Amino acid sequence: MTIRLLAGAFLALTATAAYADTAGPAPKPPAHGPSVSGFFSPFPFQGGEAIYKGVCQGCHMPDAKGAVGAGAYPALAKNENLETAAYPVSIVLKGQKAMPFFAMQLDDQQIADVVNYVRTHFGNKYRDKVKPADVKALR
Amino acid sequence: MTDQPLAPSRRSLLGMIGMVAGSAAMYHAMTEMALADTSTFKGPIKLSAPPPGTSVLVLGAGVAGMVAAMELRDAGYKVQVLEYNGRPGGRNWSLYGGDSYTELGGFTQKVQFDPGQYINPGPWRLPYHHQGILHYVNRLGVALEPFIQVNYNALVHSTEAFDGKPQRYRTVQADFYGQISELLSKSTKQGALDQAVTQQDREILLTALKEWGALDANYQYATGLEAGERRGYASDPGGGLSSVPIAGKRIEMADLLKSGMWSAIGAGLAYDMQSSIFQPKGGMGQIGKAFGKALEPLIQYNCKVVEIKQGDKGVEVSYIDSRTGGTPKNMSADWCVCTIPASVLSQIPMNVGGPMKAAINQIPYMAALKVGLQMKRRFWEQDEQIYGGVTYTNQPSTMIGYPQWDFFSKGKGVLLGSYCFGTPAYIAAAKPPEERIKDALEYGAKIHPQYKDEFECGVAVAWHRVPWTLGCAGFWTEESRAQHYDNLCAIDGRIVLAGEHASRIPAWQEGAVTSALDAITRLHKKAMSV
Repeated sequence: MTIRLLAGAFLALTATAAYADTAGPAPKPPAHGPSVSGFFSPFPFQGGEAIYKGVCQGCHMPDAKGAVGAGAYPALAKNENLETAAYPVSIVLKGQKAMPFFAMQLDDQQIADVVNYVRTHFGNKYRDKVKPADVKALR
Repeated sequence: MTDQPLAPSRRSLLGMIGMVAGSAAMYHAMTEMALADTSTFKGPIKLSAPPPGTSVLVLGAGVAGMVAAMELRDAGYKVQVLEYNGRPGGRNWSLYGGDSYTELGGFTQKVQFDPGQYINPGPWRLPYHHQGILHYVNRLGVALEPFIQVNYNALVHSTEAFDGKPQRYRTVQADFYGQISELLSKSTKQGALDQAVTQQDREILLTALKEWGALDANYQYATGLEAGERRGYASDPGGGLSSVPIAGKRIEMADLLKSGMWSAIGAGLAYDMQSSIFQPKGGMGQIGKAFGKALEPLIQYNCKVVEIKQGDKGVEVSYIDSRTGGTPKNMSADWCVCTIPASVLSQIPMNVGGPMKAAINQIPYMAALKVGLQMKRRFWEQDEQIYGGVTYTNQPSTMIGYPQWDFFSKGKGVLLGSYCFGTPAYIAAAKPPEERIKDALEYGAKIHPQYKDEFECGVAVAWHRVPWTLGCAGFWTEESRAQHYDNLCAIDGRIVLAGEHASRIPAWQEGAVTSALDAITRLHKKAMSV
């Protein structure tokens, strides 16, 4: 039931129900206050480095070398798949396999920034920049 | 629209209540009208004897895998189970003092809780209608105790309302219901709902609203002793000469609406969170342990599956030691029940058809965080009379769960200091465990200032860092379900998938149980026909 994902500021309290009973379409971000507590609340970080450290390194790790358990998080460091910028943009937007989608929590600018950051750090040296309009086109 | 008064359809009435009263009243009405689904568990499964010597390899010793293994073994199959971890249970898991947990990235936490204290990083409750998991709990002899979901004396807190002062759940609910009832009765009397409610039902509706909202004879939610029976009192009635109750003052509707707190009182109305709810004594992990003991000779631990290959006659699985790696070993069987989470399975080579492969690749796993905080004393009980249940906050920590055991104990207690999903859980996963704990303490101290003096030690599990699931549970949308769910569940050659991700009750153990039973029933039918 979509409505359970739209409960607003206190949304996470119903989130167990939300995913225990996820019948709705991908829900729209709820209205939210200054507190970042909702299931799909936008990430409050600006700039590629802040977004990487605030979100991405949870899985891809602070050194971007990824991690291995029963499954793995791929290394973004020295990653040739980043050569075509549209590829990481599309993965961040839509997800793939274990990678969740972030289209609802990151705006065009944030995605452009974090992709540009990763493509120019951790041993990656791709100089062409992604613009917010490029992200928008891939949504 | 016609000009005749219409009897409301169930949906239009729900829509009306939803619009006027907000989602909390709608939850209430919906659950009253029993629109929700129920578990498909129909009692213990009975499989006939399989062809002699038929073997099944089960991948994963979580709830789904162990249900499958136990029932197939009992039917007469030769069963073997491979498990990544060094223990049974999977996400059915409790952390106790002395345990050590290493997450992805190599962060190790040594749990320092006192004996008897624990947290459940994964599932923590068993709703009464989850009869599948409850069947196995009883079969395995795991003792249960009540889990209090709604504690009327717990708190609702918002940094944006009432100067950050927490309100009692009880008063928020009573004042919200009361004033909604008052509004609706006014509308009903003025004929505003005549399109939706027949003349005949109008009187019944008025009576119902009066009862539901604790209204007085004039259909007013007056702050007085009548309302006190719902919202409590400024001073409770008592015995003897000091017995006169003093009514409290209601929170006005405009303030309630602005506060967002109305949204917190819907929690216990959801079907999965209605009383009665249970928890195993001593931690949710007791179920996994009991399963593991019952299946002891069948499970091989510390096995990381690296390839799943099927042919016309059977399935061969390659695996390595999950701690030391090394050369892959192989294990074969006629059939395979695979309960590996889709997040992990999507990365394991497996020769199944395109539709199942596409389905496996289409299930992202949600972010979730749980933080356990050991406190020197049970101040929530001693100072605030909060016994079990949950306090809600608009802060990223989202809630505080009070320990549902050892009430009135003079000893210590472990709070669930944070339990959040989605955005705040992603943010927490990106921090080292000690910072997650620090955050939970800071958020919690705004609700219970005692935190600062009473905190001793904590543990924080961010599910995207859990090495064997890469997230807490499969996330489905309506679209992905329509396109992929049947393909995920269908048997592909000699392989069938099971787990909460292959259920319509995702993230609940009941989903794992009913998925496993459904999968092995179909697999058994196929095994009998070849």
